Amino acid sequence: MAKNYPLYIRSTPTENELKFHYMVHTSLDVVDEKISAMGKALVDQRELYLGLLYPTEDYKVYGYVTNSKVKFVMVVDSSNTALRDNEIRSMFRKLHNSYTDVMCNPFYNPGDRIQSRAFDNMVTSMMIQVC
Amino acid sequence: MSPTQWDFPVELCCRPMAFVTLTGLDVVFNAVHRAVWDAFCANRRADRVPISFKVLPGDHEYPKCRPKRTSYEWYIPKGILKTGWMNKHLNLVPALVVVFYELDWDEPQWKEKQSECATRVEIVRQSLQGRNTKVAVVLIQKKTPLPPGEDVIASERAAALCDACELSGKSLFVLPHTDHLVGYIIRLENAFYEHAQTYYYTEIRRVKSHKEFLNKTTHQLLFVRHQFKIAFFSELKQDTQNALKNYRTAYNLVHELRAHETNILEIKTMAGFINYKICRLCFQHNTPLDAIAQFRKHIDFCKKKIGSAELSFEHAAWMSKQFQAFGDLFDEAIKLGLTAIQTQNPGFYYQQAAYYAQERKQLAKTLCNHEASVMYPNPDPLETQTGVLDFYGQRSWRQGILSFDLSDPEKEKVGILAIQLKERNVVHSEMIITLLSNAVAQFKKYKCPRMKSHLMVQMGEEYYYAKDYTKALKLLDYVMCDYRSEGWWTLLTSILTTALKCSYLMAQLKDYITYSLELLGRASTLKDDQKSRIEKNLINVLMNESPDPEPDCDILAVKTAQKLWADRISLAGSNIFTIAVQDFVPFVQCKAKFHAPSFHVDVPIQFDIYLKADCPHPIRFSKLCVSFNNQEYNQFCVIEEASKASEVLENLTQGKMCLVPGKTRKLLFKFVAKTEDVGKKIEITSVDLALGNEMGRCVVLNWQGGGGDAASSQEALQAARSFKRRPKLPDNEVHWDSIIIQASTMIISRVPNISVHLRHEPPALTNEMYCLVVTVESHEKTEIRDVKLTAGLKPGQDANLTQKTHVTLHGTELCDESYPALLTDIPLGDLHPGEQLEKMLYVRCGTVGSRMFLVYVSYLINTTVEEKEIVCKCHKDETVTIETVFPFDVAVKFVSTKFEHLERVYADIPFLLMTDVLSASPWALTIVSSELQLAPSMTTVDQLESQVDNVVLQTGESASECFCLRCPSLGNVEGGVATGHYIISWKRTSAMENIPTISTVITLPHVIVETIPLHVNADLPSFGRVRESLPVKYHLQNKTNLVQDVEISVEPSDAFMFSGLKQIRLRILPGAEQEMLYNFYPLMAGYQQLPSLSINLLRFPNFTNQLLRRFIPTSIFVKPQGRLMDDTSIAAA
Repeated sequence: MAKNYPLYIRSTPTENELKFHYMVHTSLDVVDEKISAMGKALVDQRELYLGLLYPTEDYKVYGYVTNSKVKFVMVVDSSNTALRDNEIRSMFRKLHNSYTDVMCNPFYNPGDRIQSRAFDNMVTSMMIQVC
Repeated sequence: MSPTQWDFPVELCCRPMAFVTLTGLDVVFNAVHRAVWDAFCANRRADRVPISFKVLPGDHEYPKCRPKRTSYEWYIPKGILKTGWMNKHLNLVPALVVVFYELDWDEPQWKEKQSECATRVEIVRQSLQGRNTKVAVVLIQKKTPLPPGEDVIASERAAALCDACELSGKSLFVLPHTDHLVGYIIRLENAFYEHAQTYYYTEIRRVKSHKEFLNKTTHQLLFVRHQFKIAFFSELKQDTQNALKNYRTAYNLVHELRAHETNILEIKTMAGFINYKICRLCFQHNTPLDAIAQFRKHIDFCKKKIGSAELSFEHAAWMSKQFQAFGDLFDEAIKLGLTAIQTQNPGFYYQQAAYYAQERKQLAKTLCNHEASVMYPNPDPLETQTGVLDFYGQRSWRQGILSFDLSDPEKEKVGILAIQLKERNVVHSEMIITLLSNAVAQFKKYKCPRMKSHLMVQMGEEYYYAKDYTKALKLLDYVMCDYRSEGWWTLLTSILTTALKCSYLMAQLKDYITYSLELLGRASTLKDDQKSRIEKNLINVLMNESPDPEPDCDILAVKTAQKLWADRISLAGSNIFTIAVQDFVPFVQCKAKFHAPSFHVDVPIQFDIYLKADCPHPIRFSKLCVSFNNQEYNQFCVIEEASKASEVLENLTQGKMCLVPGKTRKLLFKFVAKTEDVGKKIEITSVDLALGNEMGRCVVLNWQGGGGDAASSQEALQAARSFKRRPKLPDNEVHWDSIIIQASTMIISRVPNISVHLRHEPPALTNEMYCLVVTVESHEKTEIRDVKLTAGLKPGQDANLTQKTHVTLHGTELCDESYPALLTDIPLGDLHPGEQLEKMLYVRCGTVGSRMFLVYVSYLINTTVEEKEIVCKCHKDETVTIETVFPFDVAVKFVSTKFEHLERVYADIPFLLMTDVLSASPWALTIVSSELQLAPSMTTVDQLESQVDNVVLQTGESASECFCLRCPSLGNVEGGVATGHYIISWKRTSAMENIPTISTVITLPHVIVETIPLHVNADLPSFGRVRESLPVKYHLQNKTNLVQDVEISVEPSDAFMFSGLKQIRLRILPGAEQEMLYNFYPLMAGYQQLPSLSINLLRFPNFTNQLLRRFIPTSIFVKPQGRLMDDTSIAAA
């Protein structure tokens, strides 16, 4: 997400997709708050990973924001104990790398929805790994 | 809302306070007693001890105490906690009973009174048999007591009274009814509080003492019960630390109980109670994190303990209550000063409570969908004899049965049915909405706008389920714009879909149309089949028919809606709805674009309206009108396509106003601007597109400005950034993204078809009448009228230039200050095609520098545009920059009569003034004459005639004049003496006769005049010749009023021999002159130094030889001897 509209959003399983969309959307409140709090810190010392954004009963919502304020939000089942902070962090890093690749494509217009197949495959593989 | 089964009992939620009853007070009829009672209960602020008081009659019957059990061996408990227990200890069984009795120490009938008091105490004791409740006596006395120890009678009688009442001295109090009542009362209640604490302490000891008799197999329930009781008594004792500790133990014990489907509700109920107490105490101890941790633990424990599947909604209800109660506790703690944060605030708990309430609703819907014929069982299995349950969390039809086996399955079934049927009557939506709105209020506080919006959507949806469509629509409409502005189209679509249903069910025409428009648009993520359905409905509505019901609506509601729609139709008249589209994303996009940013008034203004539809089927519009800031143009920009209502969907691909999905339609408009609008901006203020016609219903989509809706600015930005190549389209089609809105244009005047030429000879010379010839030639095809010329200094330059620049049409006279810098609107008459006219202008520039001059020619011409005759005003302007320079440089110098440069002149001694006029003009100048105007302090030596009359100076040439002047002695003048003015009258050589000459006045410099005591001048020939006598005469003139002694000497020189006085001393009278005669005899040829005369004035030591040398020559040219003589000498030889 750049401005705050979704560039790419995917969920698996696909039922109840709307609920997850809402969840991601509401998590932006926390992201916004964290970014504005971070604004005071030095730019190069900034941690991109925002950590757990907020707790819900059944899911955990994690956030990550690039230096150009592109936000990544990940919602995982809270019963999935295999995913600890470090795993989440590396997943975000992977996402970020893949996003950077998308941006490097001269035919990709920043702000457009991401339709890159490579990005899609990466997300799919990540989802398969987790589930 | 009335309390439901799931709400916590009040006695659980209140803060337990020591219970003390007051007896013997007649608060109704006795004013003193009333005052005492008021002092007890009024103003119970936090600084007073926590006691709850109650006034009871002296013979009040307290709950009977059951005989104490000596052994638990055969005792099997029937449940965990009795429903009456907490209330009993809060409100029924006092920790202390106080007997008030009016008795003064000096009471005459002391004996009788004492025994009456003892009787009263005895009655109370009787009623409290078996309890450890304390009894205290308070004597209400009229007199102020003496200090302790002084009143002997008092201490005696007090001891006697204690004996009679079997009281310890600590339980007897005296309350003097005097001024300081409140003070006494506070002391009394502190004493009561101590008694109460002792009571609760003994109660705790008593409960603890049971423990040793219990065994783990049969008395598991009792472990919990006792632990709970200990904790509760600790709370009553205000020992919250121990209370918390004991509650925690109790909590762990609850989870150790063997759980089964039959007792799971009881366990959960108790766990919920204890958890509530723990969290409450944690917040009270200001350890919110402990509270949250406990609550999380509690939820994790209990989440999976669903119990009977048929009654699973009960679990959801219980869960919801847990969250809500925690939210309430959290919120209360915040009100008392706790700070919450964005990610940890009560809102999350309310939200979760709402979520469980929704789940409860879902479960109830599936589990309680009995046929209407199913009757509520009779007798009611939920009914108990006392109307309440004996133990918390048990089933009414099998109270106190601990067996896990169902002894009576039939009874169980009936019971479950009764619960299910009762659940059916619960208004779930109301609860959900309350919880959601609680959550909304919290999230608003903690900066979570999106969470708030999400919850409001849920509220809206819940209102929709509750069939309160008005409220649903209000909420949904409110949040829609948030999702729209953030571009979350999937979410927006979902909200719109619900909103559409609401508006359908209420037959709200305008809303229905608006939502349909947006759901058909590009922001909607609906599938095409859905879009088709909506489009069809929309067209039906426009044709004054009822739309098909929306899917998944309540059948009853649909029936009502259909009737409403039918009513709407019968009322149909002129139904025109104007919908402003800039706030949403409709299915038609519009862009207006003027062909050019400006148009000449003599060409028609053209612009295109581009339309694009995003709906699945082609659609026909009935009318398009464009509005401008000048409304007179509106009439020219209307397209109307008369069509019958039925044709909206037919003949689709034809016609101007039929939009094919995805294709961009271009509509060209053309109109002629009014001549008054020249120089103005024409702006499209709105574009109105009508769908449907006046016969049925008509929707007017209104775009402000040149089109664009809620999403288009972002799209335009993206399109502008994109490097993507767009596929080639046929010539007459354009890419929507490539169209840039241009909603305004300027009207500019017609292009002039004349030429304006300027003829002049730059640069201009200061003060001259500079001639500027303007030639106007018409190239128009018809006659031009009313030609006017405006010429002069271009406005907007330095203000000083305006003062020093003057323009006139008449060159024959010099213009002065009164002439303007700009001549406006000089009529030049009419011009036939090809004709030309010439106008001369004279400009006088008073200062040097460059100036911009404007020459502006305007005229009127008749022309036709689009068969319309208009009178155009055209104009052409030329600007020219003209440099102004001085015509000449004048140099002035003072020289001595010897043409030596003088820095100062000497009084009365003639000197020369030389002027040098150097022409700086590139054009030839004629100096008509020159004149020297002398200042009064100067006199002339000879005639002051101009020596340069009618001299013509070419560029770089100069003319010099020389005047011999004398300055009479004036004494010492500071800064020098004014010399006068030098006036040059001149004109350009090329100028015509009648052009006046210009006089340029040059102020001559001041000169320093010095007086000298002695003036010496020499008379000598201009040259000498070798070996020929050279007579020299020096004149010495005394310029002072004194007799001067002069020493004169002549130094010899190598080049001369001389005769005369070599050294002399003489005296010269004032004003007299002395001559000195010498005969020099040159010896050498060439430029030779004369024998130097040196004069020494005894009175004026400043008079030096240097000064002297200014007046007399120091050398002379000596010619060699003549050749002629040589010839003769040769001849002689």
